[in-house]
Amino acid sequence: MIETIPNNVDLANDKRLQRALLHWQPGFLEWWREVGPAGFQEDRIYLRTAVGVSEGDWAVWDTVKMPDYRWGIFLARPRKEESIYFGDNIGGKLWDQVPGEFRKELRRLIVTQGDTEPASVEQQRLLGKCAPSLYDLRNLFQINVEEGRHLWAMVYLLHSYFGAAGREEAEELLERRSGHEDHPRILQAFNKPIGDWLAMFCFTMFTDRDGKFQLASLAESAFDPLARSTRFMLTEEAFHLSVGEAGISRVIRRTAELMAEGTDPHAVGAIPLEVIQKYITEWCSACYDLFGGEDSSNAASYFAAGLKGRYRESDSNIYPDHEALEEAYNLKVHVNGQWSTREIPMRRAMNACLLDAYLKDCHRALNKWNALLEQAGLPERLFLPSTRFNRHLGVFAGQTFDFEGNPVTQDEFDAGLHGWLPAAEDYKLVRESMVAVYEPGKMANWIAPPQRGVGGKPLDFEYVQFH
Amino acid sequence: MSSMQIAKAESETVREVLETQIRPGEYRHWKLEVEGAVAWLFLDVEETGGLRPDYALKLNSYDLLVDMELADAVTRLRFEQPQVSVVVVTSAKPNVFSAGANIYMLRGASHPFKVNFCKYTNETRLAMEEATAKSGQTYLAALNGVTSGGGYELALACDEIHLVDDRISAVSLPEIPYLGVLPGTGGLTRLVDKRHVRRDRADVFSTLAEGIKGKRAVEWNLVDAVHPPSRWDEAIRRRIAARTVEKPDCTGIALHPLEKERTGREIRYRHVTLTVDPQSRTAKLTVRGPESFAELPDDPSKIGCEWYPLALFRELDDVLVELRFNWEEIGVILIQAEGDLQRVLDLDRSLEQHAGNWFVREVRLLIGRTLKRMDYTARTFFTLIEPGSCFGGFLLELALASDRIYMLNDDQGRNRIATTALNANAFPMGNGLSRLAQRFLAEPERAAKLAPRGGETYDAEAALAEGLVTAVPDEIDWSEEIRLAVEERAALSPDALSGMEASLRFAGPETMETKIFGRLATWQNWIFQRPNATGERGSLTLYGRPESPQFDKRRT
Repeated sequence: MIETIPNNVDLANDKRLQRALLHWQPGFLEWWREVGPAGFQEDRIYLRTAVGVSEGDWAVWDTVKMPDYRWGIFLARPRKEESIYFGDNIGGKLWDQVPGEFRKELRRLIVTQGDTEPASVEQQRLLGKCAPSLYDLRNLFQINVEEGRHLWAMVYLLHSYFGAAGREEAEELLERRSGHEDHPRILQAFNKPIGDWLAMFCFTMFTDRDGKFQLASLAESAFDPLARSTRFMLTEEAFHLSVGEAGISRVIRRTAELMAEGTDPHAVGAIPLEVIQKYITEWCSACYDLFGGEDSSNAASYFAAGLKGRYRESDSNIYPDHEALEEAYNLKVHVNGQWSTREIPMRRAMNACLLDAYLKDCHRALNKWNALLEQAGLPERLFLPSTRFNRHLGVFAGQTFDFEGNPVTQDEFDAGLHGWLPAAEDYKLVRESMVAVYEPGKMANWIAPPQRGVGGKPLDFEYVQFH
Repeated sequence: MSSMQIAKAESETVREVLETQIRPGEYRHWKLEVEGAVAWLFLDVEETGGLRPDYALKLNSYDLLVDMELADAVTRLRFEQPQVSVVVVTSAKPNVFSAGANIYMLRGASHPFKVNFCKYTNETRLAMEEATAKSGQTYLAALNGVTSGGGYELALACDEIHLVDDRISAVSLPEIPYLGVLPGTGGLTRLVDKRHVRRDRADVFSTLAEGIKGKRAVEWNLVDAVHPPSRWDEAIRRRIAARTVEKPDCTGIALHPLEKERTGREIRYRHVTLTVDPQSRTAKLTVRGPESFAELPDDPSKIGCEWYPLALFRELDDVLVELRFNWEEIGVILIQAEGDLQRVLDLDRSLEQHAGNWFVREVRLLIGRTLKRMDYTARTFFTLIEPGSCFGGFLLELALASDRIYMLNDDQGRNRIATTALNANAFPMGNGLSRLAQRFLAEPERAAKLAPRGGETYDAEAALAEGLVTAVPDEIDWSEEIRLAVEERAALSPDALSGMEASLRFAGPETMETKIFGRLATWQNWIFQRPNATGERGSLTLYGRPESPQFDKRRT
């Protein structure tokens, strides 16, 4: 078994890693069978598999059964930097081992990141049953197997650098279950099932995008194996994000098309624009909490130690000051009925900085979606919720703000909620639209086709060959 | 200005007089629910309810007020709900039991406050253990979420520890790796002395910031059992049922608020007056003897919280807390008692003869706890015995708990003290010995001889000869002797005196309790003073700040 694992970490000569994986790999396959995609395990799917890290040809495309997928272990090529470039240890050599004093923090970061990977597979396991096309079904499975590989990437770090405790953590990554009453996944956002494809696109657009920014901040880490692992994960992650962003675009395009011709989308099984807006609001606002508190001592100590940098920290054009001890971050807060500006020392504001980078990226996508509405000649526009809206963590938690971030009373908030977030009838409406379409090249009525196929194949390719 | 100085300045500007009395029904941080023989103590700390405004009590972290409410609940349950046999300590917040003492609170606190905060919380934990052992009120910790630091130390004071097994919730003592200080509320001591965790495992656990969860926590005996969330309620119910004991008909008494009047330099209670003189850094603690003797009714609890021994020692307990937190600079406390010695001895006999009654037992235990609080108070206590005083039996313990006893040697031998059987065994110190036995360690049989059944009285000469008092100046020398002793004392280094008194008060064997105060807490107080913790680059100073601590690497 071990021989078939694609890798660039010299697995063939690493006895310790072999021993660890020998035990863990069967457990992973068992987990995949138990809570991976429901059904479709005997079908042959057109998937890309990472086989190396060279720029042009890091992946191969092939038609495989999912359980036979070759999950591999890869580190991106070495960084150009050889020394630590931010925090308190600037100039020190990058670490190729975990420094004892940061063992617990690194382990926690890796376990928390690693836990989201299998969690998302569990959350999406039923979606195959109502896929809008074979193209989308394939994309779902591509994302699933690659999230599985990202779990491998984190497990590799736990096995190689954290001794017996790391092996135990790796086991527990397979034991926790999304939404399980007794042993749920670590982050709350990963404990609710993704019940329909609009939610799936929102998840890959917004939640995976949080993942991208978390990975990007770990990609700056002084702990080199972590930085290189996450850098390679980002290569694969880009596709997942594009599935989400393009998926939402396609839903909007279809709805806009119908609206422009004067058809009520709901009447023909498509999704009304206001429901799309509610889904965007729900998923986007839930992600704000994933960044952590705006003013965070943990974030400060991660930065100080060199464990987590800012988005693109290595770029000195963006960040002339990599120590971040002098500057402050200004956050508009609302205290006792008054707006004021809170000055947070920059290091404590690292989560807020990362959230800003995320928001910028989300606005870029939002502008594209609104361009679609404009092209269709529609006056309606979509919006992202304020970062103060519906927060359960950080400086705005415990206060009530409306969608736009204006302070409102609890009663006003409760009353407004129905209009801001999807209600039971909205979920029902979306779910009723979800009808499986398995004929090559065909699309469900609620979604426009993509511009082109994937993996060098035309759109009407038989991406999933049923057995 | 260094950050430490700023923190100190901040804490001093907001320092107010601490209100030491807690009223039931006005808890901010706990919910106490009693159903028959079972009491539930839900920890539900109000984030903005801290004693100072410069910290938020997040994640059920606690400050002194949270602990004072707990201490009040523990005492109140014993008197007001004696039918209770199981007390479940749990959290009202989801996914978190308690994060322990609030770090920002500790960082901003003065050194004396830190020391006294730790001391007080330690006394509360010991009171829980005493309630389990002696009052038939068994404490069960139901840890329904993350339990770290002082949160776990609180659990360690319970007789059983149950932890939810959700693959996330762990018990931990992260003080050393995160803060560079100790789990000083009995944590280290109870691990090895109470739960008998193997020393190497205890070593691993105490340096493992993330703690231990699930099966291993059971295997290492850090907890007694783990239960998955789906079976949690049922498992706790089962344990409650297993530990519940139906008690014979007993109805509690209400502990009414103390009558207490504060005027400038005086606090006046019904039976006690504390008069402070900041100039000489001394205080007079005057105890007034019982006004009358009421024979205990058949049901002793009918007499309620007005009963003199109970009323007096509740006041004394309060006064000790006052001294610790509101009168930091008072170094010498002079104890006097005015009243009728015979009436005190009559009451003492009631305390002895009705020891089997739940109410009398609780009064005796409360007296014992208050005396121990005195033993652990870092102030000089001198007892002054003059004619018209009433140091007999349980009141004589105040003298025996003092660092020195001065007794006026009058011509007629009217100035007398009295021992009773209670002095021989009723109020053990933390080391398990009576104060009398501890006084004469070389002669173990002497305590019983000096305090025989039926008691004995001593005039000044006899008391001196028997070693019961320190010195017996006559009327001519008395005031000058006392003045000199007090002034001399007040001039000595407060720190050296604290160290000396604590060293001399606890001759004899060690117990878990003496190790907590004498070893764990003392090391903690040392660490609190060291630059590695509280210097400008110390770990406690920099906790939550962007910079990393820098240690002086030399081991002492």
